[in-house]
Amino acid sequence: MRFTPSGPDEQLELLSEIGVDRFEDLLEGVPVHLRMDTPIPLPEGISEMEVLNEIGALAAKNRGTAELTGFAGGGAYDHFIPSAIDSLISRSEFTTAYTPYQSEVSQGTLQVIYEFQSLVAELMGMDVANASLYDGAHAVAEAMLLAHASRGADTILVSAGLNPHFMKVLETYAAGLPIELRTIPLSSDGRTDAAALKEALVEPVAGFILAQPNFYGCLEDAAGLTEIVKASGEKKPPLVIGSVYPMSLGLIAPPGEWGADVATAEGQSLGLPLSLGGPYLGLFACRDEYLRRQPGRIIGRTLDRDGRESYVLTLQTREQHIRRQKATSNICTNQGLCAAWSTVYMTLLGPGGLREVAHHCSRKAAWLAGLLREIPGVELTFPDTPFFNEFTLSLPADAGGVLRRLADRGWLGGIDLKRFGGDMPGDLLVAVTERRSREEIDAFASVFADAVTGGTGA
Amino acid sequence: MSTNKPAPDCREPELGGAGAIGDEVVSRAATVIASGWSSAPEPLSIEMSRTGRRGFYLPALDVPDGEDHLPGEMRRAKAPAWPEMSENEVVRHFIRLSAMNHHVDKALYPLGSCTMKYNPKMNEVAARMPGLAGLHPLQPAETIQGALELMWMLERQLAAVSGFDAVSLQPSAGAQGELTGLMVIRAWHESRGEGEMRKRVLLPDSAHGTNPASVTLNGYVTEELKSDESGRVDLDTLEHALGEDVACLMITNPNTLGLFEPNIDRICELVHAAGGLVYMDGANLNALMGIVRPAEVGVDVMHFNLHKTFSTPHGGGGPGAGPIGVTTDLEPFLPVPRVHRDEGDGEAGHDRFDLEWDRPSSIGKVHASFGNFGVLVRAWTYIRALGSDGLADVSRAAVINANYLLSKVTDHYHLPYSDRCMHEFVLSGCLQKSQHGVATTDIAKRLLDYGFYAPTVYFPLIVPEAIMIEPTETETRESLDLYAQALIEIARAAGEDPDLVREAPHNTPVRRPDEVQAAKFPDLRWRV
Repeated sequence: MRFTPSGPDEQLELLSEIGVDRFEDLLEGVPVHLRMDTPIPLPEGISEMEVLNEIGALAAKNRGTAELTGFAGGGAYDHFIPSAIDSLISRSEFTTAYTPYQSEVSQGTLQVIYEFQSLVAELMGMDVANASLYDGAHAVAEAMLLAHASRGADTILVSAGLNPHFMKVLETYAAGLPIELRTIPLSSDGRTDAAALKEALVEPVAGFILAQPNFYGCLEDAAGLTEIVKASGEKKPPLVIGSVYPMSLGLIAPPGEWGADVATAEGQSLGLPLSLGGPYLGLFACRDEYLRRQPGRIIGRTLDRDGRESYVLTLQTREQHIRRQKATSNICTNQGLCAAWSTVYMTLLGPGGLREVAHHCSRKAAWLAGLLREIPGVELTFPDTPFFNEFTLSLPADAGGVLRRLADRGWLGGIDLKRFGGDMPGDLLVAVTERRSREEIDAFASVFADAVTGGTGA
Repeated sequence: MSTNKPAPDCREPELGGAGAIGDEVVSRAATVIASGWSSAPEPLSIEMSRTGRRGFYLPALDVPDGEDHLPGEMRRAKAPAWPEMSENEVVRHFIRLSAMNHHVDKALYPLGSCTMKYNPKMNEVAARMPGLAGLHPLQPAETIQGALELMWMLERQLAAVSGFDAVSLQPSAGAQGELTGLMVIRAWHESRGEGEMRKRVLLPDSAHGTNPASVTLNGYVTEELKSDESGRVDLDTLEHALGEDVACLMITNPNTLGLFEPNIDRICELVHAAGGLVYMDGANLNALMGIVRPAEVGVDVMHFNLHKTFSTPHGGGGPGAGPIGVTTDLEPFLPVPRVHRDEGDGEAGHDRFDLEWDRPSSIGKVHASFGNFGVLVRAWTYIRALGSDGLADVSRAAVINANYLLSKVTDHYHLPYSDRCMHEFVLSGCLQKSQHGVATTDIAKRLLDYGFYAPTVYFPLIVPEAIMIEPTETETRESLDLYAQALIEIARAAGEDPDLVREAPHNTPVRRPDEVQAAKFPDLRWRV
């Protein structure tokens, strides 16, 4: 394939217009001894028809949601995606523009992101939101940096209920900086140990990171833990940072209601395809107090020369292209189109739709948990702890084997907690979304019983 | 029969009273008439909300309903102030907004350093295939063999283009690639016991802003190198700045002036001799494919911008992808997991792909999963379709197009550096500024009136009134001629009718929104 309009003859014409004979004459600044003397070691190009066949064959080697009925979560959820979203977002006007530097011809993108910031701030119960970060892990890492920059202390406390991959990203971002991460363990009920938190707060602390619901599906006493943190400091208590599951906020108190200073989330559940983990959407919202320390792009509303309402990139003096090494973050390209996806999703749902989806998720998860715990040897790891749509199971058999047997029967049965290494409580993490019908849930539960005992089932 | 009389069944409209049209609608109608649909301000979605409307319906709940098993104190107290709209209204709202955007599918978008090339539609079809878009990131490896194979191949494709030994696809954008590359460099120095002593990073004064910002995030400090009079790295300045506290040099090549660093091999030797490494910002790789492989001239780490060089759409700001390539020595430090291939180990003698987590020297993770996988799929599709010959043609045509456009406008603007460029060039609006009081901003805004996007302006910082133009290889000669004509007419107008330029734009949905007010009194969200 070629997408260059100029063929060899036309290129010669252009070269002669430039005033040179050969292409190589344009490379006068590139010393000959540095130039490649062999072609790029790749196969020759192929046609669109062939490349689509090849990628189709690769896709066919995977077993996606079209083939495996999914009960996997752990930060990425199989929610229904309304048709209108792709129809709107696949439009060239949104996909083939870039960062809206020239606001006069970028009002579409700018207003969409202003609406995105509004929807996210409302969802989180916070004052302001930014224009998106890379993913949920990156969002919480930036929150960690903000807390560290806002407080004189180097210690950041992290609940052990945070997604282990998010934790890994935090550690990676912290490694070069004077930030010390300390984990606050979970109690036997699967929730953050309040006593351990209290104890850790004796030393100076910059922030406390809490996942709600936590990685094991358990609902934390977020307000209670926040109160402990806020009671600890003298003048400026540590920042409380939430890492939440947006869909749960249809039912559960958002970070703003439990008193958090910064709210972050993986926004995939708001209308984005699973797509093997990306591109996803880091949500970041905070209280006004931290407005000018926020990372990334922010859109503001203003008036134009003729008094018309209009939108612009704003508070840019925080950003890398102005402040360079003193910027609050290094972000340039963000996840703009993913933010637009979620904006359409949130707009279609409205507050009622959000509540309903959350309610369905929660009821269906409760129903499945009830069926699975009836299977001999299968237990809810935290039977007395409330959950939203995800729960941890302890199994009498190896979770990897159970998942393989389920996959053979067409089910993506959850997430094997052993894959994260270390001391994970429980064996299998199971999530249910509104997409799963009762018929599917019932069938899954019965296949699950067979898979646990190693049988192939009837 | 008089045509003025209403038809018998047509009633006179009742004015006032119940059912009257609200003031809001009357004023909106007036705005639309006055400005036309395409430039009429679009209300916020929340302003169009009507209680009870919906754009989303679920099936009836088919499991037993009842109170959610959630304790009262955990419940949300206040619903979010989100709009209530029908699907039709939602669609119209976003369609009207879309009409206010300039985009590369409409016309030239010569934003320097951003490589706004045409984004092939086959990429979109590929990324939306259910066998790729419908994969959960934590699925067992045996159920995602095709995806792992694709990533494995993409790593090798990027290595082939650049000459590096290993590639990590995990960084989500160029800036995250920079940070990841710097983390790898830090880990390497630490592994040699030099972590504490080497914290200084040298970068030319023409560097992208993300470079110094990434340096700080990595716990390092920056030192700027003044470019020489030809806009390149000055070897003496570099030698003088090098020392045993230098972790690395960050360099962009071609640099942000669109000029190749002819001493790049010597530069790398000097840095290596001083115990440092060389990081290359690969934002400008679109100039080099088939011409120079950065690893072969001595670079140790480089990030790729898949949304620039490899045609994935820019999405109004993202998502992109910023993989990094490294030399063999640095490979152990790359993020986990790594995609691993066992040849002939899979079903029916096929290769088997797995995820390798146990890599003790790894810096860790910069993304929760594998990076922006959907973007990786698009880049794979593009590279596979173009192949060795096609990619070389891309860079050749990009360089030709830039030089052609430069040759058309060079008599009308100050050209601070060479009259030959790679894939982009930088003009200065300093003549227009000093002679006519027309600033580069004004020139940029006037270009919008011609139906084009403006170049990158006021960057690089070392050129006053900078105008940085990157046309890309996918533009036709006709479109380049049109852009040149616009630039020439604007240069002429700056002398003949400077107000026309200073007051620009004239034909856009809005005109110069007040950025100072926006920053002073931030209005960042709706309040209901």
